[in-house]
Amino acid sequence: MTLQLLALAIFDGVAYAALVFLVAVGLTLTFGVLKVLNIAHGSFYAMGAYITASIGGAIFAAGFSPWLAFPLMLIAGALVGIVVGGPVEKLLLSRIYELEDVLQILVTFAVFLILEDVQRLIWGGQPFFESSALQVLGTVDVFDITYTVYQLILLPMVAISVLVSLRLFLRRTLMGKLILAVTEDREAATSVGINAERVYFVTFVIGASLAAFGGALASATTSVLPGMGADMIVLSFAVVATAGLGRVEGAAVAALLIGLGRSFAVYLWPEIEVLVPYLIMLFVLLIRPEGLFGTTHPRKI
Amino acid sequence: MSLRTFLPAVLVALVAVLPMMAPTTQVLLTLALAKGLPVLGVIVLLHAGQVSFGHALFFGVSAYAAAFLARVYGGGELISMVAVGVLAAVAVGLVVGIFVVRYRHIFFGMLNLAFSMIFFSVLEKFYYLTGGSDGLPVPRPTVAGFDMERAGFETVLFYLTLALCLVAAWATHRFLCSPIGNMMRTIKTNELRLEYLGVSARGVLLVGYLISAVLCGIGGALMAVAQGVVTPEYVWWVRSGEFVFIAILGGSGSVSGAFVGALIYEAVRTYASAFANDIWKMVLGVVLLGVILYAPAGVAGLYAQVMDRCRTRPANKTVDEDQ
Repeated sequence: MTLQLLALAIFDGVAYAALVFLVAVGLTLTFGVLKVLNIAHGSFYAMGAYITASIGGAIFAAGFSPWLAFPLMLIAGALVGIVVGGPVEKLLLSRIYELEDVLQILVTFAVFLILEDVQRLIWGGQPFFESSALQVLGTVDVFDITYTVYQLILLPMVAISVLVSLRLFLRRTLMGKLILAVTEDREAATSVGINAERVYFVTFVIGASLAAFGGALASATTSVLPGMGADMIVLSFAVVATAGLGRVEGAAVAALLIGLGRSFAVYLWPEIEVLVPYLIMLFVLLIRPEGLFGTTHPRKI
Repeated sequence: MSLRTFLPAVLVALVAVLPMMAPTTQVLLTLALAKGLPVLGVIVLLHAGQVSFGHALFFGVSAYAAAFLARVYGGGELISMVAVGVLAAVAVGLVVGIFVVRYRHIFFGMLNLAFSMIFFSVLEKFYYLTGGSDGLPVPRPTVAGFDMERAGFETVLFYLTLALCLVAAWATHRFLCSPIGNMMRTIKTNELRLEYLGVSARGVLLVGYLISAVLCGIGGALMAVAQGVVTPEYVWWVRSGEFVFIAILGGSGSVSGAFVGALIYEAVRTYASAFANDIWKMVLGVVLLGVILYAPAGVAGLYAQVMDRCRTRPANKTVDEDQ
């Protein structure tokens, strides 16, 4: 492996990790607060991608500036979070927090199935490809490698700023502190007057928006096609499990680990590329069942 | 015989004679029953409060093992194909099981999914061995050494499947009623107490896991023979999701739910998916939500409810009730 290939693999891995992190962090945040692992999270990712690619394609074809792609991505993320994620939590999840774990998982699985076909009905089965956002930022030369600014600089910057602002939000703002309080002990938080239902709702919408925003960013780099939601939920679960459920910062490390592992596999042993995330997850869980940064909680009798 | 046990017996008899009256239903019923077996495997684990999103793994391992056996010997033998399929499923179940029984809930479900996805990728990538996404053909095997015509073979296969399903249902029922079956349920209610009694919860779950792998194995080999081809689709997560769906639809509380659910599912899918193909997943999702929210015990549970009501209403004249 030459130095150039090494650099290329690292660039690929970092760009990929940034996208996966955005989705995984939403998943882990939602789990940390609601204690429900939302399988429909992958659908939010796919819908963000579909909205950006289809609307973007339409307005750029009408002659609008390709720079509009960036506000469009933010809007797509927020839109999916509020319009799709909001009702899912309010109408459905809010009714199942008392059910046993296995049924909660199945409810989100049912939502996932429904949303899969909703996408198919709205956007059909043909792939969308819309990379104006990628092209408008141009390329940059590093170590004699020409790489897109979008993937090499923008995506990691977005991921880092999401990580930092999420941390500031959770530690410094009132809403963030309420979320942490409910995460720590829902009953105690409720007894001091915190509206746990609202905290759940807000957290879920934030998580769903992050997934959709990740999808919107991903849409510029890849074709948007049916099944991408299923792939992403499995992958982001691998990240979240490797990091330890509910660990926001850990998700960044695990995303980087899995992203780099995968991109190195592409250059070294392409056959096992799709397996790498699972192998990393299995390896980590074999040694640390609670994940890299997870902590074990004593189970109540 | 009470009405409660009489009606299921009628149902079994009906399934047994239906192919004689309507030959077109024979293949459909064979496939539905073969699918009921892995569903039963999922139900076993649901008794321990665990859901696996990757049980198609054992279904597929068994199907491919049967296909490989048939290829190596240039045409196979039905009995040995099913046996080898089950053995392969148990072997993989042991390796995967030792690992996944350490985990619960979503970890358990998703790790199973991860293993099935790994096997799926292997099947797709190593196409020179597995035929890739086209899969492998499974030639019609001999039955106890006899070469059979297609029609005759399908009839034999149907009754063999039916018999295996009845045996599997009975054996699983016995297992769930046995002490170790009750320990499985304790994993769901309070695992720590089980440990305090000196019982290894992981060991108990592993036994249940292996039994579910056996059930998937029987179903997978039968399905491979019935369809005449095995493809990576056997291991695809959609297939695993289907098993879980059928288990919830039929009712995870009892073994009958698996087969009732599988028969309903296959019948609806065959006749309804033609005009609801685009929204099939949506239909599944809505039904799944409806069952979980409004009828958590599934079809079998609804049946039990109706029977309870029938029994309590004519309170004075229940002389013939002997249970």
